[in-house]
Amino acid sequence: MPEDLLQSQVETPSQREGALPIIQVENLHKTYDLGEVQVHALRGVSLTIHPGEFVAIMGASGSGKSTFMNLVGCLDRPSRGRYLLEGEDVSTLPKRALARIRNRRIGFVFQGFNLLARTSAVENVELPLIYSGLPHQERLERALESLEAVGLAGREGHHPSQLSGGQQQRVAIARALVNRPSIILADEPTGNLDSRTSVEIMEIFQRLNEERNMTILLVTHEQDIARFAKRVVQFRDGKVRRDEFVEEPADASQVLRTLPVIEEDEGEEGKA
Amino acid sequence: MDLTAVIRVALRALARNKMRTVLTMLGIIIGVGAVICTVAIGEGASNQVQEQIRSLGDNIVFVAAGSVNQGGVRMGSSATKTLTLADAKAIQQQIPMVSRLSPGVGARVQVVYGNQNWSTVVRGVSPEYLEIRRWPVESGSPLSQRDVDTAANVCLIGKTVVENLFGNEDPVGKTIRVQNLPFKIVGVMASKGQSPFGQDEDDALMMPFTTVQKKIAGIDWLQFIMASATSAETIGAAQQQIRGLLRERHRLRPDEDDDFIIRSPSDLANVQAQAGRIMTLLLASIASVSLLVGGIGIMNIMLVSVTERTREIGVRMAVGATEEDVQMQFLSEALVLSLLGGTVGVLVGVVGSMVVSSMLQWPTRIPPQAILIAVLFSAGVGIFFGYYPARKAARLDPIEALRYE
Repeated sequence: MPEDLLQSQVETPSQREGALPIIQVENLHKTYDLGEVQVHALRGVSLTIHPGEFVAIMGASGSGKSTFMNLVGCLDRPSRGRYLLEGEDVSTLPKRALARIRNRRIGFVFQGFNLLARTSAVENVELPLIYSGLPHQERLERALESLEAVGLAGREGHHPSQLSGGQQQRVAIARALVNRPSIILADEPTGNLDSRTSVEIMEIFQRLNEERNMTILLVTHEQDIARFAKRVVQFRDGKVRRDEFVEEPADASQVLRTLPVIEEDEGEEGKA
Repeated sequence: MDLTAVIRVALRALARNKMRTVLTMLGIIIGVGAVICTVAIGEGASNQVQEQIRSLGDNIVFVAAGSVNQGGVRMGSSATKTLTLADAKAIQQQIPMVSRLSPGVGARVQVVYGNQNWSTVVRGVSPEYLEIRRWPVESGSPLSQRDVDTAANVCLIGKTVVENLFGNEDPVGKTIRVQNLPFKIVGVMASKGQSPFGQDEDDALMMPFTTVQKKIAGIDWLQFIMASATSAETIGAAQQQIRGLLRERHRLRPDEDDDFIIRSPSDLANVQAQAGRIMTLLLASIASVSLLVGGIGIMNIMLVSVTERTREIGVRMAVGATEEDVQMQFLSEALVLSLLGGTVGVLVGVVGSMVVSSMLQWPTRIPPQAILIAVLFSAGVGIFFGYYPARKAARLDPIEALRYE
């Protein structure tokens, strides 16, 4: 297996530092049994990610990257292999325990935002805290804090329909942050956004990565977006094809300055 | 997830689709309303029967002269001459379970006052009769023991007779003619209305039984004895003892039939009340079928809701909702739906029975337990019919749910 050899030769900066990996998957397999046919979505993926990394996962559709993200996000369990999250083997945990891990240690950001309709921004953001059993007052405080962190202070009462796509995605990021997770998993977070708004979102991710040392895993198929990450992992046919470090990732805030400001539905704020 | 959060989430979800929520609740509202209404009407009716039982009198044991068998020819009731005043006195003295009694004779008479006349019945009784029947005298005075002793020409008059002979005139102190004899009216009896058997109790005169025996019927025996048992529980035993005593006094051989009839109208009325209660139960269970239909409506809407909100369920699961959390959410929604419907249904039932009460002149009564049971039952319906949709929601695969379009 030349690919495996290639993979093992790759060294990450954190490996060099010798820190404890936050995500460590070993020979991960996922097979979907569709009755007559068996679909091998993952065919032995091994990957180690250290705290503070910003990893872009790339690959064509069907490459297994979504399956990989579902496994890393504890939404599903692998058919074979091991998944250590912060040193703890979570690959065989029962559903309830997985729900708890998703609640406390993982923040999800989706392509379609997945905010609850007709529900205010702050209530969307506090959703994970409801399931952590936090009292109302603390939920509110932390949700507001989280909204502020993504630049949406003052918008807490707005419903998703009153917000632009970029703002909705920022609410979703605030929701992912609110439980102070160890990892943020973003599945094509810019897929539904125009290029300037996409860069704005990437700027938030970069800031979270820099300032809070948050580990971010981002699935994308756009090279433009992947260039903001510090490391790019390529999936193909259920395996890792390439795993590279970006020596100098693009700086989203700088890119933003070169982009023209587009007058869009965010104008409401601009005019005020 | 704490309870207030659960209820808030449920209320919000229901408020999001107000029209649908109201329509879904309608099934429960109608069901509970119908149950409350039927129970209210049934209870009212059975209350009325109880009232009638009470109005019959005080634990009445009624002894009537019976049939006599003369060489195989049975003469029918009231044909015997064997029931006598001595029998009445013996019952009074020897049976402690009888608190008081009144001997009685009756006759159909034509009553004349001025140019008016009216056919009615006259009851010859003792002063105890009105006490046993709990029948007050409205104006004037009741019969006295002296009237009985002297076989006085006095009478009490019933409301129907007053209407037909006197119109608006005050009858007390007036003299009427019964079989060409003058009788002084000493009092007017309060209106008693219909007996449970449909007779107009107010269409009657009351006289001392001695007067009726001697001056109207011309007999020296009794046609009935109206006795009062010491309590509702002793009615049966009193009946047995009276029977034994009378058989002995009438020297009946064991193979001979009774020559008298003992009845207790409250027994009959009790049977009637029981039948009424069964009827109410039957109607209420028919009405509760609509509660069941309402429950199916809830289930239907909850299933639609689960499908509609598949993505929401996915999101909730992704951010840490467990299966139990999701199940709780949908179950509480169904519960809130059915409880709200049940509460409104109780109001509808209360108002509905008031309307029935005032429009149809039917007495209604809503027992407090009925309200409690209705509310609990609707909650039960919510949980029962909400369980399957909630389970379905909880069993969703978060990945599939998130991908659901």
